[in-house]
Amino acid sequence: MSTRTIKVGALESEAIYIIREVVAQFEKPVLLFSGGKDSITLVRLAQKAFYPAKIPFPLLHIDTGHNFPETIEFRDRLAKELGVELIVRNVQDNIDAGKVKEEKGKYASRNMLQTETLLDAIEEFGFDACIGGARRDEEKARAKERIFSVRDDFGQWDEKNQRPELFDMLNGRIDLGQNIRVFPISNWTELDVWSYIQQENIEIPSIYFAHKRATFLRDGLIWSANDDVVYRDDKEEVHERMVRFRTVGDMSCTAAVLSDAIDINTVVDEIRESSISERGARIDDKRSEAAMEKRKQQGYF
Amino acid sequence: MNVLKIATAGSVDDGKSTLIGRILYDTKSLTEDKLQAIEEKSKQRGFDYLDFSLATDGLVAEREQGITIDVAHIYFSTPKTSFIIADTPGHIEYTRNMVTGASNSQVSIILVDARNGVVEQTYRHFFINNLLRVKDVVIAINKMDLANYSEEKFNQIKGEIEYLSEKSGYENQSLTFIPLSALHGDNVVKASKKMDWYKGESLLKYLENLNTEKNESPSQARFPIQTVIRPKTDNFHDYRGYAGKLYGGDLAVGDEVTILPSATKSTIKNIHFFNNEFQVAKKGSSISITLQDNVNISRGDMIVKTGEEPNVVKQLEATICWMDKLPLQTSEKYYIKHGVNDAQVKITNISSLIETDFSGKKEAPKQLSLNEIGEVSLKVSKPLFIDSYQENKANGVFILINPKTNNTVGVGFIK
Repeated sequence: MSTRTIKVGALESEAIYIIREVVAQFEKPVLLFSGGKDSITLVRLAQKAFYPAKIPFPLLHIDTGHNFPETIEFRDRLAKELGVELIVRNVQDNIDAGKVKEEKGKYASRNMLQTETLLDAIEEFGFDACIGGARRDEEKARAKERIFSVRDDFGQWDEKNQRPELFDMLNGRIDLGQNIRVFPISNWTELDVWSYIQQENIEIPSIYFAHKRATFLRDGLIWSANDDVVYRDDKEEVHERMVRFRTVGDMSCTAAVLSDAIDINTVVDEIRESSISERGARIDDKRSEAAMEKRKQQGYF
Repeated sequence: MNVLKIATAGSVDDGKSTLIGRILYDTKSLTEDKLQAIEEKSKQRGFDYLDFSLATDGLVAEREQGITIDVAHIYFSTPKTSFIIADTPGHIEYTRNMVTGASNSQVSIILVDARNGVVEQTYRHFFINNLLRVKDVVIAINKMDLANYSEEKFNQIKGEIEYLSEKSGYENQSLTFIPLSALHGDNVVKASKKMDWYKGESLLKYLENLNTEKNESPSQARFPIQTVIRPKTDNFHDYRGYAGKLYGGDLAVGDEVTILPSATKSTIKNIHFFNNEFQVAKKGSSISITLQDNVNISRGDMIVKTGEEPNVVKQLEATICWMDKLPLQTSEKYYIKHGVNDAQVKITNISSLIETDFSGKKEAPKQLSLNEIGEVSLKVSKPLFIDSYQENKANGVFILINPKTNNTVGVGFIK
């Protein structure tokens, strides 16, 4: 028998507690899985929360069709390894059905269109709790978000009428038609997530590490030269650069950063020294100062 | 890495946003793009200085009105510690937000404007810290640059707060007084050269060196069950793991335990965290445990060491902070959530309304309105396993939920 002592770190312990509350309080939870580092971290926390049992809820990916192929390949492999059900719903289906209109032009992105597909999936499966990897340090409207965040059936966030959250107690009572968004790593920073991935030796998609990629410059940001998905002027010249991505949103709205960080240790060092915020490379946040708050009111994740 | 959760309250006029901005700036936590956004907005609005509140006030309504409505969370770190600041407005109509912020914090910073000294908001913030028994409280006496960096002024305000502290019933509080200028950065991150009469640490040094765990008073182990893990696989055929977060004290393999409410006795067989086994679990850990005997345990039950049982009651007395627009009334029924245990509850009596400025109590009020604090008696539909808040923080609190709106409407501190 071991003589070891366990003291679970405060952030990890809090996240596991929250994930267990979701399973105890809700009938049909789901984990929103993007293939990004935050949702990969959530998957590890969910594993820890229920071990030796399997993760007791499916993963849901809203695929814009503009994801990095590396992410999609990673997503499928992880779900298989865990033996967890993976549900994929495609934004393309809603575009084809004429339910949503695709943006055109220079800054076109399918990011906003994800909302509609997400709300459809919630209704289709009757999910009452959606666990997501959003963090309060990402963006200032997210800094106001609760851990259990109530949404009506339009997915709307009523930011002025949020329930107070006291001590550890999470009030998950909702009416029929409402659902709840849950953010177990609310209190983690980008560096906390990276340090955890390092500590736990968690595998992540290769685009997070420095690699050579065909790219072009616009507005001081570096974009993937993928003309099917990312709009590019003829004047915008393509060059190969050594880059990595700090977030894995859509190719059309996620810019790369120049980097030589080829493994987790050098990435953690780089984040520590970084002077640009993570969402500084997300064009969808730069549309206006209140961009995130407005999207959240409409049901964005 | 250590995580330290800090609550701050106070109005913009106290220089709170400037203080937070200064901490972020001096610890290099404001990234270039965020700093650039603040510079642009400040310039656009015609300000002569950088308005750091733009970094923290996240909602459109807040930026429009230049006020903080909700709790904002601000994150920064030094090589030693991760800090989380819960920043709340200090006005009376935001008492509930201050309580919420303080409930999730280990230390509080009360800001005082050196020119104005102790004002109504200082009283209220101090009162809430006492009610929530926040042990470590920093009194940051700000704008010392506008008070000639005067030691006399500092001592005068210190005296007023110490007098207030004697009036409060909370004896073990540790008060630390720091004179500073958030605008010029004196004693925020770096020690001030202008106040050599002050021999203490800068604010950040103090926070970095604070050991909140060492300062906690000892309490007993409480292990409320969140969920039962039953894998039902070939490898773990009969496995029954009781999952929860451990509060108050530690548990070890071999400990004799009592399970509530059944009062069944057993012994801890294993302590699990993920795919590892441990001999001892420290408080604060989300773990799962197995027992020697096959006992019937479900969510809401509690495992404690035999001989350290909490009170098992259906009636209790508590101090309530009311958080809803609809007032608390004795005619209404509510849900009570005590940790992970749920029940129905009736408020049988409201015995007093407590003024948050230490001026006393009003006896037998008809109701408690939004942001009011009062003493009540409650009757619960099933037994709860409780401690007084004084003896065991996590097991001495509950929230009340309105069954019609599902809103969290109040928080109670058990006597």
